[in-house]
Amino acid sequence: MKVLVPVKRVIDYNVKVRVKADGTGVDLANVKMSMNPFDEIAVEEAIRLKEAGKIDEIVVVSIGVEKSQETLRTALAMGADRAILVTATDDVHNDIEPLAVAKILKAIIDEEQPSLVLAGKQAIDNDMNATGQMLSALLGWSQATNASEIAIAGDSAQVTREVDGGLQVIKVTLPAVITADLRLNEPRYASLPNIMKAKKKQLDIKSAADLGIDVSPRLEIIKTSEPSTRSAGVIVESVEELVSKLKEAGVV
Amino acid sequence: MAVLLIAEISAGALAMDATAKTLSAVSSLGDVDILVCDANPDAAAKEAATLKNVKNVLTAKIGNGLAEGVADTVVAIASGYSHIVAPATAAGKNVLPRIAALLDVMVITDVSAVVDADTFERPIYAGNAIQTVKTKDATKVVSIRTSGFDLAETGGSAAVKAADAKESALSSFVEDRVQSSDRPELTSAGVVVSGGRGVGSEEDFAIIEGLADALGGAVGASRAAVDSGYAPNDWQVGQTGKVVAPDLYVACGISGAIQHLAGMKDSKIIVAINKDAEAPIFQVADFGLVADLFDAVPEMTKLVKG
Repeated sequence: MKVLVPVKRVIDYNVKVRVKADGTGVDLANVKMSMNPFDEIAVEEAIRLKEAGKIDEIVVVSIGVEKSQETLRTALAMGADRAILVTATDDVHNDIEPLAVAKILKAIIDEEQPSLVLAGKQAIDNDMNATGQMLSALLGWSQATNASEIAIAGDSAQVTREVDGGLQVIKVTLPAVITADLRLNEPRYASLPNIMKAKKKQLDIKSAADLGIDVSPRLEIIKTSEPSTRSAGVIVESVEELVSKLKEAGVV
Repeated sequence: MAVLLIAEISAGALAMDATAKTLSAVSSLGDVDILVCDANPDAAAKEAATLKNVKNVLTAKIGNGLAEGVADTVVAIASGYSHIVAPATAAGKNVLPRIAALLDVMVITDVSAVVDADTFERPIYAGNAIQTVKTKDATKVVSIRTSGFDLAETGGSAAVKAADAKESALSSFVEDRVQSSDRPELTSAGVVVSGGRGVGSEEDFAIIEGLADALGGAVGASRAAVDSGYAPNDWQVGQTGKVVAPDLYVACGISGAIQHLAGMKDSKIIVAINKDAEAPIFQVADFGLVADLFDAVPEMTKLVKG
C-alpha cells in the first residue's frame, strides 16, 4: 500500500511576520522557510505506518516554487521514499490556492494510485484548513480531518478526530484523505546520515502546466493589513489591586 | 441573492451561539435559509426557526454531521443560493471546503468581517495580518469566525421543511468522547481562565478551574499545556485551537506565543499572571501581575468568592 503526503514550504513558525508597507502582502524575501509543522506531523505518521508494516511506500509532493525541493529533501531525510515537485509559480509571494493545489494533487494521485493521503490540517501561512477536504471531494474519497490517532485495519481506517467538544471517532473506507492535528505524533529530526542519503533519493520535477492544471486564483487579494494592536496596560502590585481594578471595570 | 446557513449542532441540539452569530454576520447578504443536519433534526430546527430574519429552516436526517453526507446534501440544493455559510467551528471547517470543491469554487475560511457580497476579511499568519479578498466565484462558500459578531435576535417563526438527505457510505460514526461539563462553553463564555505550561501538571490545573468556577467562566489552555497532557485538546485556545473573545480573559502561566495570542487578543480585558516579567503576554495585557500563579491564583479565587 502506498501513501502520498503533500508538504508545503512556509515561513518558519518562529519568524515574526511583517506586513509589507504597501499592503500587497507579507514580506517573504530573505525570511527563514521551513516545512509546514502540520505536514511534518503527516510525514512522521506515514513513516510510523511504514515502520509498523502497514504501508510500503511514501511519496511526498510539494507544489510551489522551485525552492520547495528543500522541503521535499527534509521529508526524504525523515524517511519518505521519493518526492515529486510540481512547480506552479516563480514568486514565493504567490500562494497557490487550496482548490488549485487539490487539483494538482488529484492529477498526481491519478498517476500514482495511493490508498491513502496524509496531509497537514492547515498551513500556518494562509491558515485556510481546506486542501485535504477539497482533495477528498475531487477524488470522491472519504475524509477524516484533525486526526489525533489513526489505526489502519484492512480496507478501512479508524480515526480519532479533535473536535470542539472533545474527540470524535469515525471509520473511513480506504482510499481516504486524513489530515493531521497537533497531537498525532511528535516528528523526528533527520539524522546526518539520513540527510546525506536523502540527497540520492528520487525527486521528479513537473509543472502545473504539464499536468494541464490552471492555477490562476479565484480570490483577488485586495489588501493585506496589520491587525489592530493592543498596547500593554498596567502592572499591578498585588492580587488585591488586581481584583479591585477588575471590579472597577465591571468584569468581576 | 439567498444564503444557506449550515446550523451548528452539538449533541443533537442547536448550538445557538455559533448559529446566531453566523446569522448576524451574513443577514445583510440576502434571504437566509438554515439547514439542520442531524439524526433527529426536528428539535434543533424548531429552535432555529425562532431566529429573526430566517426565511426557511431545512432539515436533513444525517447522523453525526459526517462531512461526505452533509456536503452531498448541500450540493444538491446549492443552485438556489449565492452564499453557503457556516460558523468556523470544527464541523464547519470540516465540511465547507468539501462543498466548495464539489462546486468548483474556492472556500473563504475564518472570515472576521463581511465587506460586501463578494469581499471578505480574514486573518492569516496566526492573525499577524488581515487579508481582504474578493471572490470571482459565482457561489461564495464562507466560514465565519463568530467571536467578532453579535447574536442575531430571536422572535421569528420561519417555516420548517424537509430537504433531501444524502447519506454517504464512505465513512461511519463510531463514538464521541466528549467530557460533559457544567461550565459555559469556551467560545461563548463571558469569562475565560486559561493555564499554560507554568501550571506544571494535570492535578494543578484544578487551581485554574477553581478560579474559572469562582468567576462563572470557562477553562482554556495554551498549546503547551495541552501537549503536555495537563488539559484536554478541546480547551486549547490559539491559532489551531479555539478563538475566544470574552469580556475577561485571565492567562495564568502562559508566556504568550503569537500562536496563543491569535486565539484571545480580541478579548475585552486581558489579565496576565506570570512570574516571568519579560513574558510577551504582558505586552497585550490590560492588567499584569508578576507573581507565582500558585500563590496568586488561589488568592484571587478567594477574593472573588468574597
